[in-house]
Amino acid sequence: MDMPLPDPAILARKARIVARLQSVLPPEAVIHDPAETRAYECDGLTAYRCPPLCAILPASTEEVAAALRICHEERVPVVPRGSGTSLAGGALPTADSVILGVARLNAVLEADYANRVIRVQTGRTNLSVTCAVEGDDFFYAPDPSSQLACAIAGNIAMNSGGAHCLKYGVTTNNLLGVTMVMMDGTVVEIGGAHLDAGGYDLLGVICGSEGQLGVVTEATLRILRKPEGARPVLMGFGSAEIAGACVADIIKAGVLPVAIEYMDRLCIEVTDEFSGAGYPDCEALLIVEVEGAPAEIDEQLGLITEIARRHDPVALREAQDEDEAKRIWAGRKAAFGAVGRINDYMCLDGTIPVSALPHVLRRIGELSEEYGLQVGNVFHAGDGNMHPLILFDANAPGDLEKAEAMGADILRLCVEVGGCLTGEHGVGIEKRDLMLVQYTPADLEAQMAVKDVFDPDWLLNPAKVFPLAVSEARRRGAARAAA
Amino acid sequence: MKDDVLNLRNESELAEAVATATGPLAIRGGGTRPVGRPVEGAPLSVAGISGIALYEPGALTLVARAGTPLAEVEAALAAEGQRLPFEPMDHRTLLGTAGEPTIGGVVAANVSGPRRIQAGACRDSLIGVRFVDGSGTVVKNGGRVMKNVTGYDLVKLMAGSRGTLGILTEVAFKVLPEAESAATLTLAGLDTGRAVQAMSAALGSPFEVTGAAHGPDGTLIRIEGFPDSVAYRAEKLGTLLAPFGPAEITTDRAAVEALWAGVRDVAGFAGAAAVWRISVRPGDAPGLLAELAARFAFETRLDWGGGLIWLAAEAGDGAALHRALQDAVARIRGHATLVKGPEPLRSSVPVFQPEPAPLESLSQRLRRKFDPRGILNPGLMG
Repeated sequence: MDMPLPDPAILARKARIVARLQSVLPPEAVIHDPAETRAYECDGLTAYRCPPLCAILPASTEEVAAALRICHEERVPVVPRGSGTSLAGGALPTADSVILGVARLNAVLEADYANRVIRVQTGRTNLSVTCAVEGDDFFYAPDPSSQLACAIAGNIAMNSGGAHCLKYGVTTNNLLGVTMVMMDGTVVEIGGAHLDAGGYDLLGVICGSEGQLGVVTEATLRILRKPEGARPVLMGFGSAEIAGACVADIIKAGVLPVAIEYMDRLCIEVTDEFSGAGYPDCEALLIVEVEGAPAEIDEQLGLITEIARRHDPVALREAQDEDEAKRIWAGRKAAFGAVGRINDYMCLDGTIPVSALPHVLRRIGELSEEYGLQVGNVFHAGDGNMHPLILFDANAPGDLEKAEAMGADILRLCVEVGGCLTGEHGVGIEKRDLMLVQYTPADLEAQMAVKDVFDPDWLLNPAKVFPLAVSEARRRGAARAAA
Repeated sequence: MKDDVLNLRNESELAEAVATATGPLAIRGGGTRPVGRPVEGAPLSVAGISGIALYEPGALTLVARAGTPLAEVEAALAAEGQRLPFEPMDHRTLLGTAGEPTIGGVVAANVSGPRRIQAGACRDSLIGVRFVDGSGTVVKNGGRVMKNVTGYDLVKLMAGSRGTLGILTEVAFKVLPEAESAATLTLAGLDTGRAVQAMSAALGSPFEVTGAAHGPDGTLIRIEGFPDSVAYRAEKLGTLLAPFGPAEITTDRAAVEALWAGVRDVAGFAGAAAVWRISVRPGDAPGLLAELAARFAFETRLDWGGGLIWLAAEAGDGAALHRALQDAVARIRGHATLVKGPEPLRSSVPVFQPEPAPLESLSQRLRRKFDPRGILNPGLMG
């Protein structure tokens, strides 16, 4: 994975840039000592690292605006960073860039239960948004696996999903308004506590733009009243095909579970040992969760278990109480961590039409044999969002490259069957060079035209999302303007 | 010649027609939603680019060409016990138009109905688009899967852009199962302020309200789902709303459907001369209406728990009311659109809520990027 070479002229101006940033930010908010900037050298995609020129931690929208104005004048690339949990390299810096971290922007500005909205600063973590309102029985719906750590800023940048988006949608469906600072320091308010846009849906295109259009400092989010209850059911099947057919039948039957999660044998065994969830010995496991009033739960689970029985389940277990529900989920929620304990792995995020599930799982199995790398499959089956985990040895020379090549093959397969490269993690640098597999040059040109409008100099997170060769003229144009 | 409509049969014909166009184009689907400033241009119809391209009930996805009649899409879904989640409004009643609404027109205007508060707007169910931009280039974005963050989300940008950034040729949706049953709770005699409070209480409950409207029929709360669950939640809501008076509960399917179709289509304003559509924070609605009532005469209907206001007035005072309304809405954040009015009124005011300068600049520059010659519905959105 290549990154552009740093601009020597910017590296040479480091002292001046740092001094200017220090003139508008408190001393502790400008991190420039090479020993300390190391903390910002990577995000959740740890295979790629590069310390930034410096990192800044503004504590208000005004400070963000002042800092961006300086970076704009100095023509320094800026890489916005939430909590640094991106699995796609969304917050990976280059040596000539300033990391703008929003960690100190973490206040709740307003919780309005009558209108079911909360306004927060975007450095606040996803889970702590729910924590702020759960005492009043409300919650914020998108729940990425990293929700304990990940920031709302990053959720907005990547349009994050989670296990429960089959019912509640992803970030973009739960975001009503933002305060955003443009690269030149202009502060804009988009949306608010009302619904939908009067003109163009700018909010819709900002969400998921991977920090390339502006720095979102405040967000108005939809909050929902907690359902009366929720209950998962666990089912084990003899093959991936059978589990896939069961998922399609559940959906066709008119039931809408909040989550349908899938794990294969490798993941079942590893997570069971790690979490003590008591998973059955089988090839494929589904966790289906429904929620609502007690009567609703009974009715839906009745239908779902009836459908499951038609597919000869190896195991079928409805949670009898809160404790059992927690144990059923414990393994799934710990899946990435559990696999990480036994091996290095690469987590993919392609999404496919649910109907293609059996075919794609079979092909992944074949690729696994061809490349000689083990793959564990764990994913959101209801919406076709796969998370194949390719196991490799980071210390074995050539293994990472082999895993990357296999990952690319799997993602090509996802696109081939009508799906996409990434369902909820984002493109970042990880899938950047595969964008032409899914899109034509004209498709990418239309997307880059949006960046041209919001960030004409291509200074915000410039080397992400678009293949470097495709964005080169624009990025060089910006560099020339700086010279 | 104004009646000489250019009918295109497929995407490549359309791309060719746009690339070779020598002047402004007035784009239409079914022609049932003439909202916005009147457009001077050669009429171009996409109604011929029609047909459901893909429907997989087991994957909850449907892809249709833009000119497909909405009725055809809804019938195909109904045959499998599914529906468009966002309950698109049929504008023919309110606007007195004829013709066949198209699915592309629904997307171009981001048309949603009462269920928007629970299931999201049209833009939330939209998962992919194909369109022809102002240079005649075919662009696709999104796809046919429910979760997709690959590149920028131009799907949302296209929804509601009313043909001014590109001409839609294909749209893809996430769909949902149809509800087995539904019920309406009706509260009588509430003023606007109390009605919004009652709707907020219902929407803030765990009982999954899918409609909350207020008008001459009373304050209406809708729930949908499996019959036992609907009965249970209706009873619980009745108890919760007791402080607002006794709730009458209707479960007759036809009656519930007819009632909400009337809410969706704002049927009560069919005869009105001028009608505005206003989106605000629900709690702001009573104050906004009180402020305006001191100076103007009008009637209102509320939807979305008070977050959507339909306001009808005589056309005579239209321009002054329009200005006062958009000014007041700008102060509290939101937007007001003149949906219906005589042509002189529609031509003389900013039909859509004016945006603050930096956003207006972004919107204009986006338009220039996607339509450099300014030929796609020029002037329609201002």
